[in-house]
Amino acid sequence: MTAALRLQGVSKSFGGLKVIDDVGFEVPVGSRTALIGPNGAGKSTVFNLVSGVYPIDAGRIEVLGQDITHHSITDRVRLGIARSFQNIRLMPHLSTLENVMLGEHHRSHALQWVSGAKATARAREALEAAGLGTYPGQVVADLPYGIQKRIEVVRALMAQPRVLLLDEPAAGLNEVETAELRRLLEQVSATGITLVVVEHDMPFVRELCNHVVVLNFGRKIFEGTPEAVHRDPAVLEAYLGTPGETGPGEGGSA
Amino acid sequence: MSGYLSGLIALLAINVIVAYSVFVPAAAGLLNLGAAGFVLVGAYTAGGLTALLEWPLPVAVACGALMAGAVAFAIAFPILRTRGIYMVLATFAFAEVVAGVLLNIPALGGAAGLTVMDYAGLPVVLPTAAAVVIFVAWLMRTRFGLSVRALHDDESVAHLFGVNLRMTQVAALTIGGAIGGLGGAMLVHQFNFIDVQGTGVLFSIYVLLYVLMGGTQTVWGPLVGAIFFTLVPEGLRRLSETSPSLAFLEEGRYMVFGVAVVLLMMWRPQGLVTRTMLERLFHRVPVAPATTETRP
Repeated sequence: MTAALRLQGVSKSFGGLKVIDDVGFEVPVGSRTALIGPNGAGKSTVFNLVSGVYPIDAGRIEVLGQDITHHSITDRVRLGIARSFQNIRLMPHLSTLENVMLGEHHRSHALQWVSGAKATARAREALEAAGLGTYPGQVVADLPYGIQKRIEVVRALMAQPRVLLLDEPAAGLNEVETAELRRLLEQVSATGITLVVVEHDMPFVRELCNHVVVLNFGRKIFEGTPEAVHRDPAVLEAYLGTPGETGPGEGGSA
Repeated sequence: MSGYLSGLIALLAINVIVAYSVFVPAAAGLLNLGAAGFVLVGAYTAGGLTALLEWPLPVAVACGALMAGAVAFAIAFPILRTRGIYMVLATFAFAEVVAGVLLNIPALGGAAGLTVMDYAGLPVVLPTAAAVVIFVAWLMRTRFGLSVRALHDDESVAHLFGVNLRMTQVAALTIGGAIGGLGGAMLVHQFNFIDVQGTGVLFSIYVLLYVLMGGTQTVWGPLVGAIFFTLVPEGLRRLSETSPSLAFLEEGRYMVFGVAVVLLMMWRPQGLVTRTMLERLFHRVPVAPATTETRP
């Protein structure tokens, strides 16, 4: 079976600092994969490499069996990679509706009218499906954090991705918002879209995900099921430190 | 209508056109301090065609706009290699180069300026300004306009959703340049005269101020900015004539104007007209709950 996303021997350095070191893993098609690890493990960098923000130094990245290592950012969007960001990166001066419409930009013509009935209807539909139907005209900078966070997910969905990369989608959300987000992502997953989620909220990961990849200091230390991850000695060491050692504790799985 | 009033309205209309020439790139986050350059290219092209070759006015005006657009397209590529304050300097330098070249073409009058016979009165200038406003308002509501506004907010995210950075920026500069050329073609035929000194860096600064003070978030910002900054100094001058105790305004109006600019920059750096303001005025959007909850 072809993987939705496959990294082979991927390395990336920033100056003298090796941020990603020979990382390889597979994200099965249709899976809900969590990419976890302590702070600074390189999780967001993996997203940046897959979405094309930075070129990789070595290795190979495949999406649905196609080598995208040298693809431009735009080609990657067209192939079906969309993402959200760790810190909200909505366009603050655009309305909710316009932000969401930006998601389908790669499938549109320059002189198409943004306020045209069809485009607006699609964007409204997507917002309503995510339970955000009440905010279409508002400038996003004026909206609360939890709502902005979900608008980012809707914007990425408008790109009609086949692989959706979500960078800490639950960070900063309260319990109710987190539960709503999980329902939304389960709906998305049910339509066949592969999810890759970077997240620190472990209960959220356990409930949502069926495949886990763990990074530590730029290396992959575990790949498997959410049940197995808690028993893996390398993972326990990365998060809790070696028993009896007072080394650099990594603050747990907060 | 008195000659004074029609002259003032024509000047206002031309200022509005030129303000939109700066607005289109500014909406994409590109600051242009070279408005005078595009205006001069348009003015001398159109004016030269009517005065020297006796072409009909509409054709000459169109050629002026096209020429300025072509020049903008050509310089867009080197200019886009710069960012921020360096782009401001590059556009400023461009306008100086245009002035230098025009000063050294004797056929176009050189330092003495170019006098033209064809006259573009209020019935020409006003509809042209209205058409420019409507065109830009339409443009900003297209996909192109959306990508322009997205670039202004976050280039890299816009790129990640498939916005073609370079093409959008080049197009914004080219369209802005063509509108500036159109403004220049109006200018030369409204005053029957153009010279390089009268359309220099001060002109470019004023136009950029119209746009930044008016606000770049909505298409109405430059209109409000141009109206405000054309009428306020003029109003102050009229006021100075009404009473001897206000006579100091005759000389001091630019001081008042300067203070107004500084105060505006301090209290409303985003410009007079903002998106949120329009939403609240016209769509009765409820004030969003819990904006204080916004976290980094």
